[in-house]
Amino acid sequence: MGKIVPLSGNSAVAYAVKSADVDVISAYPITPQTTIVEKLAEFIANGELDAEMIHVESEHSALSAAVGASAAGARVYTASSSQGIVLMYEIMFIASSLRLPIVMTIAARALSAPINIWNDHSDFMAVSDTGWVMMMAENNQEAHDDVILAYRIAEDPEVLLPVATALDGYFMTHTIEPIDLIEREDALSFAPKRKTWFTLDPDKPVTIGALGDPQWYFEFKRQQYEAMKKSREVFEKSVDEFAKVFGRRYGAVEYFGDENPEVVLVAMGHVVGNIKAYLSRVRGKDSRAGVLKIKLYRPFPEDLIVKYLEGVKIVGVVDRALVPGSASPGPLHSEIVATLRKHGVDAKTLSFVSGLGGRPVTHEHIGVMFSKLSELKDKPASELPKEPLFIGVRE
Amino acid sequence: MVFDDVVEIRFHGRGGQGVVTAANVLVDALLKVGLYGQAIPFFGAERRGAPVVAYARVSKKPIRTRSSIRRPNIVVVLDAKLSELVNVLEGLKPGGTILINSPGKPDIKGGFKVCYVDAVGIALRHNLVLSGWALVNMPIVGALAKILGVPVEAVEESIRERIEGRVGELNAVAAREAFNEVVCVE
Repeated sequence: MGKIVPLSGNSAVAYAVKSADVDVISAYPITPQTTIVEKLAEFIANGELDAEMIHVESEHSALSAAVGASAAGARVYTASSSQGIVLMYEIMFIASSLRLPIVMTIAARALSAPINIWNDHSDFMAVSDTGWVMMMAENNQEAHDDVILAYRIAEDPEVLLPVATALDGYFMTHTIEPIDLIEREDALSFAPKRKTWFTLDPDKPVTIGALGDPQWYFEFKRQQYEAMKKSREVFEKSVDEFAKVFGRRYGAVEYFGDENPEVVLVAMGHVVGNIKAYLSRVRGKDSRAGVLKIKLYRPFPEDLIVKYLEGVKIVGVVDRALVPGSASPGPLHSEIVATLRKHGVDAKTLSFVSGLGGRPVTHEHIGVMFSKLSELKDKPASELPKEPLFIGVRE
Repeated sequence: MVFDDVVEIRFHGRGGQGVVTAANVLVDALLKVGLYGQAIPFFGAERRGAPVVAYARVSKKPIRTRSSIRRPNIVVVLDAKLSELVNVLEGLKPGGTILINSPGKPDIKGGFKVCYVDAVGIALRHNLVLSGWALVNMPIVGALAKILGVPVEAVEESIRERIEGRVGELNAVAAREAFNEVVCVE
């Protein structure tokens, strides 16, 4: 066990990046991410981390520089939030298609307009189709650990994909909690630096990012699809070994609650903890309710979701992002519905949209959600609301 | 203080008074005595001198909830004048505790346990002054430790680890004095 120290979520992430012994950091400041790269700059200035810090003029450049450095074989890190993440959008596709194992932290924050620096999952969900492996932490310890897991998965020769690890802005980035620090030696033995991919090297020249004409482009995409699938196996192996080495077990999904539930809320990020606390404190032990946390969002862990939701009467999905006009305006709800339908699971679903722009998802809100689920659990699917239920908004 | 459930604390201070550092030191001290803590700053558009809040949770078990606190068990006020600007008692649970930086007993109604400590006086005694402001955050943590039943040694150690040299030592001494001098009236 490492040293336990009280740290903000952002500091916890920065310490993990230091322990991963990254070679290049390229970043542009944006709230609530800024203090991650500030801390890293401090580590470099103090001589605690031997890395190149590239100060760029935008997030588009931050990720572009990360692409270049990763292509040259460096272990690369960047972090951003909100507008910064969506400014990276174009390059995110390039990073994943070039199969560059970059690790990026998303300090999740709402998107403008109106301008809002607080937390929801708008930025995270906006980039969920870019071909990155994506995960989201529930607490600061997990945010710390995810960085080390991310390097191990990203650089696995069978994966070679960029990985985004997210933590909720302010609710985690600036909240101080005790952290069991992973030391550099342990981090590097768990996630050793590997140079198994072709890199830009003047002595052995290769071209990376050449034109993929109709003769070849499709095959690249097909392989990228396989790599993403493979990342799931590697994720499972990595969390198993992580549990052995560090004593903390994570799952692609994690269930908490009654052993034989009738109603389940599906959620991501810090709200999962709030739901657990609600179930423990408010609801007591006699109710048949639970919460399913989705940690791994890409690749979406369908098999485990089916395993936990099969036999449940009704599933409420808590989305902290909104896609107006979509068949399911809650993106997580959309994934859950697709998964259940595809695997022939007949659990009914209800979409909750809550906590946009930093509005807390309180125990009262969670209570409203569970009440709604209980009220509708025995109704036929045809009688369920077809629109999302907005919880905690002034109508 | 005996607590079976999570104790929720809200701090009222002014931008620049070190409210966040106070919450940090508290969490650090809790860890040293085997308790769990969580410190939550709230960020808005604050400036130096403007009213700010921060939150903290204290528990015997790991803390799952992560959110701002609307119904605290304890309210801590680093500047008594703030009560003229904001309702520092808002949401304070019945029978809850308020700790105020004040030389005398403040006039607070509502059946709360009222604790006060002359944090300014203690800071000035040790010449803990920065840019014309008495540094009251560490004495306040000392007084809060007394209310929570956390040994003052844990607070002193946390302060010394966080603030190096003579200034850290003076802050640790100030915290101990506040621990000893805080007065609580039911």
